[in-house]
Amino acid sequence: MSILLDRTTRVVVQGITGREGLYHTRNMIAAGTNIVAGVTPGKGGQTVENIPVFDTLSQAKAATDANASCIFVPPAGAADAIMDAAHAGIKLIVCITEGIPVVDMTRAMLVVHEKGARLIGPNCPGMCTPGQGKIGIIPYSIFTPGPVGFISRSGTLTYEVVALLTEAGIGQSTCIGIGGDPIIGSTFVDYLKLFEADAGTRAVVMCGEIGGSDEEDAAEYIKTMSKPVVAFVSGRTAPPGKRMGHAGAIISGNTGTAQGKVAALQAANVPVADTIFDIPTLVKKVL
Amino acid sequence: MKIHEYQAKEILARYGIPIQPGKVAYTPEEAEAIARELGGPVVIKAQVYVGGRGKAGGIQFGDTPEQARAAAAKVLGMDIKGLQVEKVLVVSKIDIKEEYYLGIILDRKSQTPIVMVSKEGGIDIEEVAETAPEKIIKYPIDMHWGLRPFEAYDIVARAGLPHQVVKQAGPILTALAKAFIESDASLAEINPLALTADGKVQAADAKILLDDNGLFRHKEYASWAESEESNPIEFEAKKAGLTYVKLDGDVGIIGNGAGLVMTTLDMVARVGGKPANFLDIGGGAKAEVMYKALTFVARDPQVKGILVNIFGGITRGEEVAQGVIMAQEHLPKGMPIVVRLSGTGAEEGRAMLKDAGLDWGKDMRDAAQKIVAALNAKG
Repeated sequence: MSILLDRTTRVVVQGITGREGLYHTRNMIAAGTNIVAGVTPGKGGQTVENIPVFDTLSQAKAATDANASCIFVPPAGAADAIMDAAHAGIKLIVCITEGIPVVDMTRAMLVVHEKGARLIGPNCPGMCTPGQGKIGIIPYSIFTPGPVGFISRSGTLTYEVVALLTEAGIGQSTCIGIGGDPIIGSTFVDYLKLFEADAGTRAVVMCGEIGGSDEEDAAEYIKTMSKPVVAFVSGRTAPPGKRMGHAGAIISGNTGTAQGKVAALQAANVPVADTIFDIPTLVKKVL
Repeated sequence: MKIHEYQAKEILARYGIPIQPGKVAYTPEEAEAIARELGGPVVIKAQVYVGGRGKAGGIQFGDTPEQARAAAAKVLGMDIKGLQVEKVLVVSKIDIKEEYYLGIILDRKSQTPIVMVSKEGGIDIEEVAETAPEKIIKYPIDMHWGLRPFEAYDIVARAGLPHQVVKQAGPILTALAKAFIESDASLAEINPLALTADGKVQAADAKILLDDNGLFRHKEYASWAESEESNPIEFEAKKAGLTYVKLDGDVGIIGNGAGLVMTTLDMVARVGGKPANFLDIGGGAKAEVMYKALTFVARDPQVKGILVNIFGGITRGEEVAQGVIMAQEHLPKGMPIVVRLSGTGAEEGRAMLKDAGLDWGKDMRDAAQKIVAALNAKG
């Protein structure tokens, strides 16, 4: 069992003929993902790795009945690509693109909500369900199937922690990089709800970072969960007012500090790892 | 991107928001000439990217052009919270009767810009938010429409602005929202919005933060970025496509991915070291990028050693190792470097480092301990 993605998911790749789109489409196919179509305006009628390419998303959806999309469109057009997917009735949209103007995202989110779609990202590595497939750029080989759900605001930190879990013999149900921007389609709470309802998940690892209050909101929700959650928060040494790489990783005034997030999680009885090396031990304790 | 008050006011003026007449001066003589041109008493305002300049003496007055020159001479070159004042804004002095607050900020939770208006202006709005939150009217902008005039009137009226002010403040708020959205801002504040003795309403001070991600479609702001960073290394790193943040310690840190670099900083601090910087080389970096990153970090005179932490996916270990080896001879002699490589090409990369006599760590913790120990050994 898993959340959001399994072998039956039918994925369309938006921006399939670009350098990144092409490279990662090949990797997704190799991981067993069911890629059914690609979209690049002007390249309709071509094929990529035997996958039909369409000019528009609505054509791709009509021809292949895709139900998920993966977006590799550059920043200037990425919000439009999100709206395009939501508008066409795609219910799971994964946007990898980093650097989308935030005003564009405020508009894209209106359409995502109106159409009842779920957006993962943007500015994220995507997701994977070990043994089933992946959507995005996550290196699939470090994963192993198992009972632990994984959510993180950072890409490379995800790889690092998942590698530690796998090494410790702890497999994963579904892993999601939720995105490093100030406005992201789904937050920790959204995914925690899905893991709580998933029969294949027995515990969740959540890697947060400075900026915003999603970790604090998650702490409130975890109080109501039946499944255990282990957390880690990065940016304990980050100074206020400085953007630490991710557009969303910034301490503003007193909000968004690592200390505040750790305190909120501990108040909800969530074990918070001091360093990432403590995560596997804490997970073993709660499993 | 932070911009100066005079630049923020330039944007506001473009949207028809009334501001005091004035110009920027880089020398006392220029300030005198501007004061003469304006006629009457003027205010000299330091243009720096930090708050609290008034308390620091960065705002001075001059009744005559000669006094304006003397005031500008005092402010120019002044140090305000570590930043040197290079230019001042010279504006006509106005007779302020009342001060209000108008602000728009991107709200992460509701995923839309939120308008904030208060009768209590001219002071720190975060203070008002803490001590008297009921004095701030908050209103989310529906991005289908932007802020419509009837909404703006309603907000300023509910905030308790006097009737004669509402008539002028409504359109100013509508214009501020339009400026926020069209300029790709993440914050836009008029504080204070001033009511003068002659019944006029105008923006006496303004602050705007621009969204870096929106800059590509605003060529008109490109020149403002040139002087943006107070730290020359940060500014040059940005131009070179590296994400660099200067910190106070002596261990230079380079990694791939924001979260991993942040975690590396925490790890170095955890084992007793002090990070000197945050540097993210991004995904898929080639040897040249790694080389550039190392030489950048080493330019900070405080840096005594460097830790490189790479989890390879699209970034390849051989490329990283080659970049480190290329950079080595351009770094100060004897500066310790510890490299931690894992993932794609890690084994090949490690072999290359070994041949070049470079140290590596088996994981992030090991590497952090090694670089901190190397620095301690140097004393």
